[in-house]
This record gives sequence, C-alpha cells and structure tokens, in this order.
Amino acid sequence: MKNLSRRQLLKFGAIGGAGLALAACTPPPAAAPAAPAAPAATAASGAAAAPAASAGGKLEIFSWWTVGGEVEGLNAMFDVYKAKYPGVEIINAALSGGAGQGGNMKALLETRMLGGEPPDSFQVHLGQELTASHVVAGRMEDLSDLYQSEGWNTVFPKGIIELASYQGKPYSVPVNIHRSNVLWYNKTQMADVGVDKAPATWDDWFVYADKLKAKGIAALAVAGADPNFSAHVFENILVATIGPENYLGLFNGKTKWDDPAVKTAMETLLRAHTYAQPDYTSVAWGEINEVLSSGKASTMVMGDWTHGALKSMKFTDYHWAPSPGTSGVFVALSDSFGLPKGVKNRDNVVNWLKVCGSREGQDAFNPLKGSIPARSDPDLTKYDDYLKETIEAFKTNTIVGSIQHGAAAKQSFVNDYDAVINTLVSGKDVAASMTQLVEAANAAEFGA
Amino acid sequence: MTQTTRAKPFSLQNLFSRFAIYAVLIAFALYFLMPIYVLVITALKPYADVSVARMWELPQGLYFESFVVAWSKVAPNFRNSILITVPAAIISSFIGSINGYIFSKWRFRGSNILFLLFLVGMFLPYQGVLIPMVLTLRSVGLYGKVVGLIFIHCVFGIPITALMFRSYYQGIPDELVDAGKIDGCGFFGIYRYILLPIAAPAFAVVLLWQFTSIWNDFIIGLVVLSNPTLAPVTVAVQNLTGSFTTEWNVQMAAALIAALPTIVVYLALGKLFMRGLLAGSVKG
Amino acid sequence: MDSTWKVESIFLSMAIGQTSLPATVHRVRKPRINRDMLLAILVITPSIIAVAVFIYSFIAWTFWISTVNWNTSVIDYTFVGLKNWTRMLSSSRFQIDLRNLALYAGGFMLQCIVIGFLLASLLDQRIKGESVFRTIFIFPFAISAVVTGVAWRWLMRPETGINLLFESVGLGFLRSKWFADPTWGILFITIAASWQFSGYVMALYLAGLRGISNEIKEAAQIDGCNSWNLHRHIIIPMVAPVTLTAIVLTGMASIRVFDIVTVMSGSGQAFSTDMFAFHMFEQMFTASRFSLSAVIGAFMIILSAFLLVPYLISVRRESEQ
Repeated sequence: MKNLSRRQLLKFGAIGGAGLALAACTPPPAAAPAAPAAPAATAASGAAAAPAASAGGKLEIFSWWTVGGEVEGLNAMFDVYKAKYPGVEIINAALSGGAGQGGNMKALLETRMLGGEPPDSFQVHLGQELTASHVVAGRMEDLSDLYQSEGWNTVFPKGIIELASYQGKPYSVPVNIHRSNVLWYNKTQMADVGVDKAPATWDDWFVYADKLKAKGIAALAVAGADPNFSAHVFENILVATIGPENYLGLFNGKTKWDDPAVKTAMETLLRAHTYAQPDYTSVAWGEINEVLSSGKASTMVMGDWTHGALKSMKFTDYHWAPSPGTSGVFVALSDSFGLPKGVKNRDNVVNWLKVCGSREGQDAFNPLKGSIPARSDPDLTKYDDYLKETIEAFKTNTIVGSIQHGAAAKQSFVNDYDAVINTLVSGKDVAASMTQLVEAANAAEFGA
Repeated sequence: MTQTTRAKPFSLQNLFSRFAIYAVLIAFALYFLMPIYVLVITALKPYADVSVARMWELPQGLYFESFVVAWSKVAPNFRNSILITVPAAIISSFIGSINGYIFSKWRFRGSNILFLLFLVGMFLPYQGVLIPMVLTLRSVGLYGKVVGLIFIHCVFGIPITALMFRSYYQGIPDELVDAGKIDGCGFFGIYRYILLPIAAPAFAVVLLWQFTSIWNDFIIGLVVLSNPTLAPVTVAVQNLTGSFTTEWNVQMAAALIAALPTIVVYLALGKLFMRGLLAGSVKG
Repeated sequence: MDSTWKVESIFLSMAIGQTSLPATVHRVRKPRINRDMLLAILVITPSIIAVAVFIYSFIAWTFWISTVNWNTSVIDYTFVGLKNWTRMLSSSRFQIDLRNLALYAGGFMLQCIVIGFLLASLLDQRIKGESVFRTIFIFPFAISAVVTGVAWRWLMRPETGINLLFESVGLGFLRSKWFADPTWGILFITIAASWQFSGYVMALYLAGLRGISNEIKEAAQIDGCNSWNLHRHIIIPMVAPVTLTAIVLTGMASIRVFDIVTVMSGSGQAFSTDMFAFHMFEQMFTASRFSLSAVIGAFMIILSAFLLVPYLISVRRESEQ
C-alpha cells in the first residue's frame, strides 16, 4: 500500500483545479441564482429581493416550455413584460416533465408548493388540473378583482372563465387555447385513393381507412409507446359518440360512465388501432410527427400543436379537419398562469398576469407557439390560416374541456383514465376496461 | 513451489484456446463500446444526416456543430454540477474516512449494531422522501442553497463511505494502531500519522464513486435547489432528451458532454481505483 | 440504474474482500473507556444524528404517511390504518410491478453474474492488455443511467439499431420489438442495465479470483482435475461470497430502478415495463395520491430489508471469526 505519491496528488489537484477553472470560465446561469455559488453560508436569501413593484426585483416563471416554438413564445411574452417593467429580472425556470407528464417539473413544483416556497408563477393547464389541486388546498389567490380590472370577464369566452373558476371565482389566467379534436391528414395520399374531403364521421373514416389499406398505407398514426397518446385519441372519439352535452355531464354526475355510448367509443378506438402503422407500439409521442411527415401513416387525431411541429419540419403536404364526429365542438385545453399565495414578488407576478391576459401578450405568444389566444379580440394579421380558422371555430363552437390535458377532470382521474386506456389498447377487453373506467369515475366522485 | 501454471507445454490446443479467449474478450469489448460508438457518431453528424435508417454509418465528416449547440444549452448547469460535485465528493470522502476509522479501530459497545443501521439506511428510496427532505431542509435553513445540496449529498454518503473506509482499514493490522498508541498517539494522532498516509487507494475509490454518484444525480439536486437554473447538468440533458423534438445529434452530444467528467475522472484514477478494489482481498 | 446505490455497492463489496479469505484475524478488543474512546464517540455523533434525521426519520415518515388518508392535494393526516395498503397491494398495476420486478431482478442478476464471472475468468489468464480490457468493461459504470438509457433506447428502436445490424449480417430473424414487447419488454431493459453494471461485477470476481492462491489450483491440477471440474468444485465455491454480494447488489438495484426505465420506456403498454419507483413517483407527483405512493415506498424498504438483513448478519458473523 503506497503513500499518496506526489504524482497522484498532482493528478487530483489537476483534475480538481481544471474542473473549478472550467466552472469559472463557463457562463453563469442565465439569471443570478438565488443561492450563492460558493459553499459559504449566506444571509437570508430574501435579502436579494427588491421592494417596490415598479422598481425591480425578480420574477420567477416556472414552465415546461423548453424547446422550439414554446420557448420562442415565452420569450416573446417576456419581451412584452420587460418593455413595460424594465427593472424586473425575469428568471426563466423552464423544465421538462410538466403537468401531464409527471416528470421533473411537476415534482419540483409540488415540492415547492408543499414545502411552502411557491414559485412566483407557474404554467398549469387551465381547469381541474389546477382547481382540484392547489386551489382546493387553498394555495392560490382568487383573481376576481384582477379579472374585473382588466376587463377579462367580457373578453374571455364564458366557457373558458368557467374552466378557470372554482366556486365562481377565477384562479388563473389563460394565455392560449389548443384544440384537441383535430384530424390531420396527408393530402396527396387522400387524393391517391380518390377521396376529396376529410371524413366527417367515424364510419366515413373507416371507409377511408379501408381504401388506404387497399393501397398498403396505414391509416392512423399511433404513438404506441406512450399509452397517453391513445388516451388523447379516445377522448375525441368519446365526444363524437356521446355528444358534447353528455360529455360535459360525465364530469358533473349527470351522465354515467357506464353509458353504452362509452362502450361504443372504446370499440371504435380498438377498431381504429387496427389501422395503425406497423411497429406502432415502439413509437414515442415525440416521434409521431415524423410518422406522418414521412408518409408512414396517413391521418392522425392529435392536438393542434401538431401544426407547429409539422411546419418546423418543413412538411406541407397536409391539411386538417375536426376529428371525425366532432364538427361544431371545440375540445379545448389551455395553458395558464396563476398567483400562488405567499409569493415573494407579488406585485411583479400581478403584472405578469396582466401581460398574460393582455392582447399584446397573447398576440406575441400565440403565433409562435402555434395556438390561438384565449381573448376574443386578437389581431388576426398575426395568425396563419390554420389559426385563423380555429379562432373562428372557437367563437361559434360548443366548448368542452379536454380530459387528457387537465381541463375536464382532476389529475388523479386522468391518471386512472390513462391506465384504463393503456390496458384497453393492449388487452382489447372492452368489458373489463369499462368496469375499470367506472371504478375510476367513482373514485373521482364526479358531481359529488 | 514451482509455478507449474506457466510451464504448460506449447501445443496447438493451447494456442487455439488462447485464441478463443482473446476472441471472446474482443467480442465483449466491441459490445461494451457499441453504445458509445453510436452516441459519438450521431453527435458528430449534421442534423440532415441523422437518419434512423443510416444509424450505424460513420459520419461524412466531423461536424462539431451539435457539440457547440449542446454545450451552449448545458453549460450553465455543467458549471452548477462542478460546484456541487467537487466539494461534496471531497467532503463526504473525508467524513467517510473518519467514520470508517472509528468503526474499524475504535469499537465501542454497540458500534457494530450502529454500523449495521448505517448500512440499512443506504437503501432509502429517495424518490419517495422528497417532501420530508424539503421540509426538513427548510426548517434548518438549507433549502434552495448549494450548501444544502452538498450537505444532503454528504449525509446520504455517510453510510457507504464509512463502509468503504472501514473495510479498507480492517486490512491494516491492529498492531500498527497499538504501536501508535504506545508511542503516545491519541485518537487524531493515529488517524493523521498512521492511517491517513496509506489511505490513498481508498480515497481514490471513494472519491471516484462519490463523484460519479453525485454527478449523475438529478432529482435530489433539482428538488433541493428548487430552481432549474441551479440544477445539475443531468437535468439539462433531460430537458433536451425528454423533449418532443428529434434533434438527435444535439441530444447525443449533450449526453456525451454530461458523461465526460465522470469518464475522465475514472480514467485518471483507474489504476488507483482497481488497487483499492483489490486491496480488500489480496494480502501482500 | 440509480447512481446513488452504485457507490454503495462497491463498498459493500469491499466488505466481502474481508470475508473471502480470513487471513487477518480480528480479535475483538475490550474497549478501554478513556479520553480517546470518548473522542471517537463524540466525532461519530454528528453522523449518527444526520443519519437518524435524514434517513431514519424519512423512513418513519414514509410508513406513517402510508397509514393516513392523504390522497389528494389537500394535506390530510387522518389515520386510516391499512386501508391504503389493501388498496395498493390489490391493485392490478402493483401486481404487474411485482411481476416486472421478479423478471427484471432475475434477468439483471443472471446477466451480471454470468458475464461478470466469464469476463473475470478470461482476464485472469494472464492476458496481454488486461488493463485495457478491464477499463473498457468497467467504464460504463461511470456513465449515468440517463445517458445509458438514451443510448440503448436508440439502439433498440425496431426499425433501426440492433435490428438493422442483424439484418445487414443476415440474422434478420433475430429482429425484436425489444422493450416495446408487451410481455418481455422488461427483460430487454435489463440488457441495457447489465451493460452498465457487468463490468463492475467482473471487477469483483477478478478480485475474488486473484484471492484464490495458485497453490490450490496447482494442487488440483496435479490431482488430475480438468478445467471444468476445477471450476465447478473449487473456484465457484470459493468465489461464493462474491456471488452472494452480486446477488444482493443487483437485487437492491432492481428494487429501486428508476432512471433507466423512465428514459427508455416509461410504464410501457399495459404497464409491461412499469417498476415500483416509477409507479411511486407518478402516484405522488402526477396523481397527488401521497399515501398510496408512500405504501409503495414502504414496501420497497421492506423488500430491501428482506434482501439485506440476512446478508449483513452473515457478514457480521464472518468478520467476527
């Protein structure tokens, strides 16, 4: 057993020194960290926060917008904010694994909320995802006054304000609206089989799918590795088979989950999956757009973030229609921001919410994100053809909330619902899945 | 005793079996290197060339673009990781060296049971205790601070570092310790003058593995620091790889960048590390 | 596999180094209560407190939360006894997790031990470039589970990766769905995991093999033992402590596996690749069912205890010989 030779000591020193030098040379994090970099105990971190609203201070925004158009949209909103409140330092705490994904961002958000150190504001799906979690637990501030002073009660559609509210009071500000029930289809392939418009009902779709099958083309793009993908498809089939009124009734106890229409929806889902592209069980959600753009599958039922994704892949041979059977219905989901109780920079956050709900903010964010604004008065010149159409549809369609994306039901139900669809798609046992779904609904106590 | 193993007669059968041994070893070496090969060649391709169909092909040229892009995205977190891991690894190693010393050379009544309790504590499923972790750290004012994270890593490292050093010190005869006592060395004296000078291989092993373990952590770092901009580099890599885009070359480059420090430390300390590992069983 | 346990594993294994050859006899000394002894106790006390607070109180917290009614975002500490336990243990997903654990542990253990022992035996034959081979085999250990998962996920894509390799050399029939396979998917993940860990087991076996003195091998050969018998009756029994350690370590890793499964496949269809830690994480942070999630955590701790305690008792007994 040798001593620590000089050579080895030098090695240690070199490695350690190189590491620290590298750390010193690399750019420090984008915003000054709340904690000191050197391992020395400091005074209370609260000392860093500046007092008055107009003066300065910090604004920590949590989101899961880490890539692509999302980041661009967020930065655009930050720019709008900075122009109005230049003294405030914005900390972009974006992290993947957000709400429905149950990953890093959600874990961090939950530990901070439960730990009593809420972030200044965080992105959350509008609806039950927030309401049934932090609102019910009393951790969010009521925004009625802000809605009043900003005039949002007239400029946000009623259906959206309802989603944002608990016991008549709104708790978050919607920035955008995405549509869940969209059918994306390959134009060339559609022409190839002699069809001239998108199928209006599921029966039409199956006819179309058979035509495609005869030509050796898979009709439905499915990301089988992420069972939540099929859960997204299912909610849109459900709306089609049960109708929007009854769909809404599912979540307030008026419609029962063992309704035969639900069973039909499950059967339709299974049948649709028989037209999925080969090897679909290994395709992850993040890879699904490639399946469509490469022509491996011809249609896809997916939310309208697909539009932005396909555009960025420079794919143009596609068009859209409401998901079969849902013409006139807008299955909505929305990203929103709220005001947690006890935040450090409250005034800055209130200003942020004002930006989020403002025409300027929303028109800066949405074109880049690929969604439509929640406000009913957008500057239409900024939006492309798909978005213009969708803005129109949003004005006139019946609005219902998406299950998969946290609007219609609380997250624990969504979790159970995803498990049911997961089992359904692989086990193909409709009766068993119906039982499980009813159990999940009972656990969720809809309409209780 | 003659070394009969070396005096095996040279025969064709012998040659063949040697050949077979090398063949198997090389085959395994290729298997072990295969994923790294894929990571590297994908990272070196421009985005247009990254196609799943041509995954195994070598890149046309050496495009370092993706490394540049990946670095710009993970650099701040990389810095965080260094500032967290280097102090934490060093401090926890020293703590382990003292605790291991106590467990091996200063056995008091109940120290064995205590040691066993330490070991059992190693297998805490940390994903399940994030909430009490946050609450406890908050109550002692360490939440959200790098010091707090270093502290938590040191605490979680107490059992294994103690185990390692204890095992190592047990290979050192008690007579040495006794001799030291006779010479007038007390508790710290024996540690400083007798055990510490010969503990280099043990330090190598513990340092290396604490470094690796802490460097590769993400959830504890993320939750304790409570701010993604302060999070370790593993979080930045996850942000890239968990996203909905398919910029494979950048993702692979980021993964490689994140893996580099541990590989470098391992390669540098490799010999000392193996010696430390083998020191447990081979008596001189 | 999780990074934190890797460090633990190497040092547990060092303990076996002490037990494979009782070359040094440790006489248990009667401690003299003196200033130095008090100093020792004083110095170790902070560590004891830290472990008690940050590990054992957390374990206690987990068990306590599993018995209360906190299954929504609203904190609720109402005691409900074993209600959560019956609910979780009878749920189909939990039972699938058990099955997956058995498969994962079995596959992972087997691969690591077989590959580890094989490589160690080969390297023990005075190989030229032994340290190069050793480095290649061990270095995946330094790579995080996330990076491992990313690389192997890429390799296991059905339309490319290893399947492509098989086809290009005419072994197309070996094509597989890998971890997307609805029944055996979990076993394919163990391939990635064992790639990362076999090298370390190999190092353990190498240390163990080197500890078998040449005299024993020579004596056996003089007695007419051929290679197979030599291994079967002498070598394998003599490295039994290493095998035992490897079984315990891989078992531990299997119970707590999280990163690699999350990165490669998530829960998978019909939860075919769902594992306890992932399930627990999801229950806690997605579904906000804190008490149910705590049941899983507590269960994992109990399983670990089952695996660890007998091992520790045997180590303790041997070290006091």
